[in-house]
Amino acid sequence: MDKYDVIVIGAGHNGLTNGAYLAKSGLRVAVLERNPYIGGATVSRELHKGWFYSNCSYVCSLLRPEITRDLELPRHGLQVVPYGGGVTMMRNGDHFGNYHDHDRQYREMARFSKRDANAYERYAADVMKQTRLIRPFLLKRPPDPTSLKLRDLKDLAEFAGAFLDMGEEGLADTIRFWTKSVGDYLDEYFETDVIKAHMAGSGIIGTALGVYSPGTAYVLLHHYMGDVDGNVGEWGFARGGMGAVADALAKSFQSFGGEIICDADVDQITIKNGKTTGVALKNGNEIGAPIVVSNLDPKRTFLDVMDPADLPEEVIKKAEKFKIRGSSGKLNIALDGLPTFNNLPNDSPLRVGEMHFSDSLTRLERAYDDWKDGTWSKDPYVDMLIPTQVDPTMAPPGKHMMSVFVQYAPPKIEGEEWTDADKDGFEKSVLDQISAYSPDFKDLILHCETRTPREIEAEVGLTEGNIFQGELTFDQLLFNRPFPGYAQYRGPIKGMYMCGSGTHPGGGVMAAPGANAAREILADLKRPDIIPGGYADD
Amino acid sequence: MNENDVMMLKTPFHSRVEAACEINLWGNWMGYTTPDAYFDVELEYFAVRSTTGVFDLSPMNKYRISGPDAAHFLDRMMTRNMHKLAIDRVAYVVWCNDAGQLMDDGTVFRLAENEYRLCSYAKANDWLYWCSLGFDVTITDETAEVAALAVQGPTSCSTLTAMGLEGLEELKPFDIRNYRFDGEILSVSRTGFTGDLGYELWITPSKAEDLWDRLFEAGKQFLIKPFGSHALDIARIETGFVQAGVDFVMAQDLIRPGRSRSPLEMGLGWLVDFEKTHFNGRRALLKERETGSRYRFVILDVDGNKPADHSFILKGDKQVGNVTSAAWCPTAKSNVAFAQIEMPYGEFGEELTAEIYYERELHWTRVLAPCRVLDGPVFNPGRRRQTPAVAF
Repeated sequence: MDKYDVIVIGAGHNGLTNGAYLAKSGLRVAVLERNPYIGGATVSRELHKGWFYSNCSYVCSLLRPEITRDLELPRHGLQVVPYGGGVTMMRNGDHFGNYHDHDRQYREMARFSKRDANAYERYAADVMKQTRLIRPFLLKRPPDPTSLKLRDLKDLAEFAGAFLDMGEEGLADTIRFWTKSVGDYLDEYFETDVIKAHMAGSGIIGTALGVYSPGTAYVLLHHYMGDVDGNVGEWGFARGGMGAVADALAKSFQSFGGEIICDADVDQITIKNGKTTGVALKNGNEIGAPIVVSNLDPKRTFLDVMDPADLPEEVIKKAEKFKIRGSSGKLNIALDGLPTFNNLPNDSPLRVGEMHFSDSLTRLERAYDDWKDGTWSKDPYVDMLIPTQVDPTMAPPGKHMMSVFVQYAPPKIEGEEWTDADKDGFEKSVLDQISAYSPDFKDLILHCETRTPREIEAEVGLTEGNIFQGELTFDQLLFNRPFPGYAQYRGPIKGMYMCGSGTHPGGGVMAAPGANAAREILADLKRPDIIPGGYADD
Repeated sequence: MNENDVMMLKTPFHSRVEAACEINLWGNWMGYTTPDAYFDVELEYFAVRSTTGVFDLSPMNKYRISGPDAAHFLDRMMTRNMHKLAIDRVAYVVWCNDAGQLMDDGTVFRLAENEYRLCSYAKANDWLYWCSLGFDVTITDETAEVAALAVQGPTSCSTLTAMGLEGLEELKPFDIRNYRFDGEILSVSRTGFTGDLGYELWITPSKAEDLWDRLFEAGKQFLIKPFGSHALDIARIETGFVQAGVDFVMAQDLIRPGRSRSPLEMGLGWLVDFEKTHFNGRRALLKERETGSRYRFVILDVDGNKPADHSFILKGDKQVGNVTSAAWCPTAKSNVAFAQIEMPYGEFGEELTAEIYYERELHWTRVLAPCRVLDGPVFNPGRRRQTPAVAF
């Protein structure tokens, strides 16, 4: 008899969530991790003594509160501290501050345009309508519209009901939202370029599309549908960095008897007589289990750790055509002190949130043009945060850690692999961008970790360095994620499942795919459903 | 201008508090103008839980009790054994009327052999006067003579140590230590109302502003922030602290019979020492212990994310109690309610139902949320007790 009932490949947040629920149900579960450390893209590492980086994902909002509570993540050490607001610094020396406080936000917007300040109410209400539609479906499997199974029909009816509840206008809005570009969408509400540019960032993060590419409005929604303590759209820091999420999930998993095995690089999912039998590791060891769950992205799952001979050809084709384009990079910087920014006092609350430098949609679109040309953006969009302004644990007192998410960075440079010289060029373009607004920034740098799509793919295993395990475009969402016929977490082989961000509801540190996949596995094993349902919004 | 000519008094820290109160959200605490919030309730709350939060508690009622009979007097008044309270120690206390009903809760600081300070939620001059008859004690209301700050959170010890309070990490919970501050005494106690590592600072009002400035300068690198009463309320619910006037009616204010509570009914039986000599309410409490209490104080973990404010608590269809305080707890990530439950309901682990009403866009919805009786607060970190205090 096998030592384990289930093997989960990949100790990212979804793999650990999946493992935790299966172990909680009483199954013997091992989560295998290729790296010597867990977390995948939800990781904190000390690469410069005394400084901890959130190396990949860097802020928290999507993590389902139902899972946090149910798996007792606070007891296992997770604390999510919200931050307020954000700022876009402008080339003319001014800035737009997106204050957390509503009245201050209104006054700041009115400084640019009273109409925009007022239109924000309409915008916020419209976005909230869309989040209300989608949030209840995050902790559910996507219904299969071609299925006649009772459960699918029921789920479909619920989805259609919520959809129809929005009325004719709401329906039209929804379709618009899911298909439009974020630029076009924002143009409907605002006239001020910097305000639009500030909002538009959420529509392109992690996506190989520009602000005027159709489909980016949904990406904005994807970044808006999370919450911190019930405040929808709000983001926070995990105290100690994003690794605290993985660490808490790991402790929860282990509290149910789960085992984590690091340095276990899976070569192949083994299959016999059309059934999953376990995994073979690159070191030659084999671990048996009747159920194998892949937390890897769909390309890695079907084109790397599975033998094409075991798979239907249709699945191979779909995996090959799956859109998972690298679009971003990341700089993590250890700072000797808090950098000053032009015309923005060091104690401004705006600096505790996201800082940007792209003050127009045109600049954002030009940045995307560079990606299409096969190179990194010369005027990059950055989503920059200094979590050590509210988290005392990530750097020594008085010192700081800066997380700089960078868009765009293509998976290949003009068709060729990234070289070290390319990486240096990418790094320089980002450091120059920041120092154009901060005179003392460069002097404060003690250490910098630069990650292009090459490093993200090599270290984390995300194909092309795509942070969402696949583009969040409408053709790859819901019952099409990762592809039609395989959107309910079951793979093409009996006993094989998927639980990563490549499945519904997609990327971000949400833990919903892992939990939803666990529900399906438990259903197949005829075990009780122990996955929490979503909190109702009203 | 005479003090009585103004509606609201200002605390000795007011100039600093006012400058820090970015959103001008002011409340009235004991006749003093105090911030409900400084900049953002949520972020202020998290200063307490992740870094250091500072709360101006100067309006707290403070009474100096001195004289040869001070210990006897306090022992007679309080349900705890006050003879056991050593010099430079603090005790959490409650006191009752003769019917064993709670008058108030507070803290007693033993400052010297025959010198105590009582901090109380409500004004206690009248009750202290009547209780002191026959005892050789002097009672002085020193509320306005002592300025006080609560400095709470994981980096609070580091902040205060950086301000020059050497050896502070050795202070045990409820210890007091005196330091020199510009020629005056700065008294520091390891106490607070947040359930976290934290301290309270006590100083003469003339040094208040200097203390605030030095504290915030030292705390800068430890990410210090001020916090107001709204953030404090979340923190105290999360850590299971009841508040007089909110979770129980103070017996002296009672109009309708039966609506006050005894310490046993408030989960504060551990503060009642039946072994010691007579104290106010002892006979009634002894009787209650024999015949049983009417109510039980419980902390509930409520399903869902709607705070169970003012909810009825049901057992099946039967109404068995009601909620007195409720909050979504942002660190513990749970939906907590304090409730008074009719006996014999509300034992640890019991499943009850909270009848919650909430409003969205003028539409009211009623939910029946399952809830469970917990055996303690949802937030109770080790660092709260650890000595020497850990560096976050």
